[in-house]
Amino acid sequence: MLEIENLHASINGKEILKGVNLVIREGEVHALMGQNGAGKSTLSNVIVGHPAYEVTQGSIRFNGKDLLALKPEERAHEGIFLSFQQPVEIPGVSMVNFMRAALNAKRKYQGLEPLAAGEFLKMMREKRKIVELDNKLANRSVNEGFSGGEKKRNEIFQMAMLEPTLSILDETDSGLDVDALRIVAEGFNKLRTPQTSAMVITHYQRLLDYLKPDVIHVLLNGKIVKTGGPELAMEIEKKGFDWIKEEAGL
Amino acid sequence: MNAEKQYIDLFAECRTMIDGHSVLALNARRDEAFHAFQEIGFPSKKVERYKYTDVSALFLPDYGLNINRLDIPVNPYDAFRCDVPNLSTSLYFVVNDRFYDKVLPKVSLPQGVVVTSFQKAAEVYPHLLEKYYGQLADAKTDAINALNTMLAQDGLFIYVPKGVVVERPLQIVNILRADVDLMVNRRVLIVLEESAQMKCLFCDHSIDDVNFMATQVCEVFVGENAHLELYELEETHVKTHRVANMYVRQSAYSTTTMDSITLHNGYTRNQTDVMLDGEGCETNMYGCVIADKQQHVENNTLIDHRVSHCISNECYKYVLDGSSIGAFAGRVLVREGAQKTVSQETNANLCATRSARMYTQPMLEIYADDVKCSHGSTVGQINDAALFYMRQRGIPEEEARLLLKFAFVSDVIASIPMDALRDRLHYLVEKRFRGELSKCEGCKLCK
Repeated sequence: MLEIENLHASINGKEILKGVNLVIREGEVHALMGQNGAGKSTLSNVIVGHPAYEVTQGSIRFNGKDLLALKPEERAHEGIFLSFQQPVEIPGVSMVNFMRAALNAKRKYQGLEPLAAGEFLKMMREKRKIVELDNKLANRSVNEGFSGGEKKRNEIFQMAMLEPTLSILDETDSGLDVDALRIVAEGFNKLRTPQTSAMVITHYQRLLDYLKPDVIHVLLNGKIVKTGGPELAMEIEKKGFDWIKEEAGL
Repeated sequence: MNAEKQYIDLFAECRTMIDGHSVLALNARRDEAFHAFQEIGFPSKKVERYKYTDVSALFLPDYGLNINRLDIPVNPYDAFRCDVPNLSTSLYFVVNDRFYDKVLPKVSLPQGVVVTSFQKAAEVYPHLLEKYYGQLADAKTDAINALNTMLAQDGLFIYVPKGVVVERPLQIVNILRADVDLMVNRRVLIVLEESAQMKCLFCDHSIDDVNFMATQVCEVFVGENAHLELYELEETHVKTHRVANMYVRQSAYSTTTMDSITLHNGYTRNQTDVMLDGEGCETNMYGCVIADKQQHVENNTLIDHRVSHCISNECYKYVLDGSSIGAFAGRVLVREGAQKTVSQETNANLCATRSARMYTQPMLEIYADDVKCSHGSTVGQINDAALFYMRQRGIPEEEARLLLKFAFVSDVIASIPMDALRDRLHYLVEKRFRGELSKCEGCKLCK
């Protein structure tokens, strides 16, 4: 589904990714771990097409398509979703209008008619339940005045609405209390299907206990230096990253 | 070449004709205005209050004037459909500077309420016209007031007597209509006596593909404990030049809410001066400007706290696209003795393109020592983080920009107390951002 080959990317002239290779297949959940500043968020931002990052080498293919040639909105329409580490507040744009614009843009891309107002609102109601999001939140401006936990739940709610095939969760567990973490993780699991994949960025085992990833990658200094099964995450939780760094000769 | 000369010559030549087609109250003030105009001339950009708009350049072209009061053939009811219909208003038209009285709305106004032309007012209520006309708009020091006072021949007179509540909002549609380039000098006089209440919406439109130069002087008296809501919506075309001065005097315990919305225009300067003349007054002044292409919009305001215990809120928001220019100068003056004044002033602006320019000057002058006042201004661009967030969700960039611009002005629109108008404006503003104002459907000018 997602094939990243020798990806180099920089921001403001500074190279952050230095040759990333990664393949995620249909139905798989991959976890991406690594120290602060290793390039995890950069990788997710490059995949979704953040304009601040420049790809200097390499390629990303998504379902066979050259992803780097597509605009951010087109990548979203192709089925890529990023749950932001820091969801953005947009005062004055209501959640309803925001979701309607997003959903109908995707439908248009797929050659479908816009959803009728009634159907859309019904869908909003149903999907909200997945992350136990309050009805009132839907009428408020996007993320404005939301607590940290509400913002993250709102990300998963949007994911539920847009039904992506590849979801990237960038530290979706940060700033969440145990209950909120459970709601978010269980919400995510409800949305999983054999056709959907995910890349999960996290520092903590707790989220992975819920999500049960198939593959763990360690990204250090702009490269994936180690890949393993779920046991790798537990080892990192116990021993930290130093031994991996030594192994990789960093 | 100086811009004043043609108006001085015209006035000198046509004085008799101007007087002949007008009324005593107006004629009585022309000499003084003429002398002042000759003396001061149009303000240059060196004059503080006019530094953002080059007024004399606006008046340079040779516009026609309808001094002979020729009937311009138009039935506004047929010719025009305003963008703000179905508000259950009492709908009136002013064609150029003339109150259209051939067909009047069927709804009857409450006892004693007058909505009519100066011509008619001079016949029926000469004492009212004489008492109020020219009392607030100083024709001796301001050239626009002077020019308007020299040349105005008719106008709109609205009067609500003591204690009368006009439930149904008035809607005045100002139509500029001509076959040749035309100058119009419009005059409005609004008088609310003690404890009167009224809501009034002015919609400005231009319906012909010619250059219009419109001056407007509006004097508003809000009596003790009276409540006025006054909305102005400009939706003209790129060839319309509007220079409008409004003067409001509020007596004790009165409330005024004013909204000035420039949706589409050519070149506009709106000046609004509010005098808080009695204790316990409240003034809410909101404005919203949406401009693109080469459009120019200035709002220049003064809120004069003359006495104690008054409240004023002021908030203007601009969204500038293309190579448009916006200007806001808002002066809040808290005079000596105006203790316990509470005043807030905000001007927030969004420059959506690199070539759009905004000049902003919030001013707060305080000569009292027990007041609570704030003023502030911001100029910013579209929030890139928000833009990317929306694009990541699949909203195309153009659409995302539109939603963000719309969101930026949404609180000004939301502050409009009149429900139907607020909803309608939400719709119109969105259409404007999409470039789909129905006004422009038949009009190639603004494309």
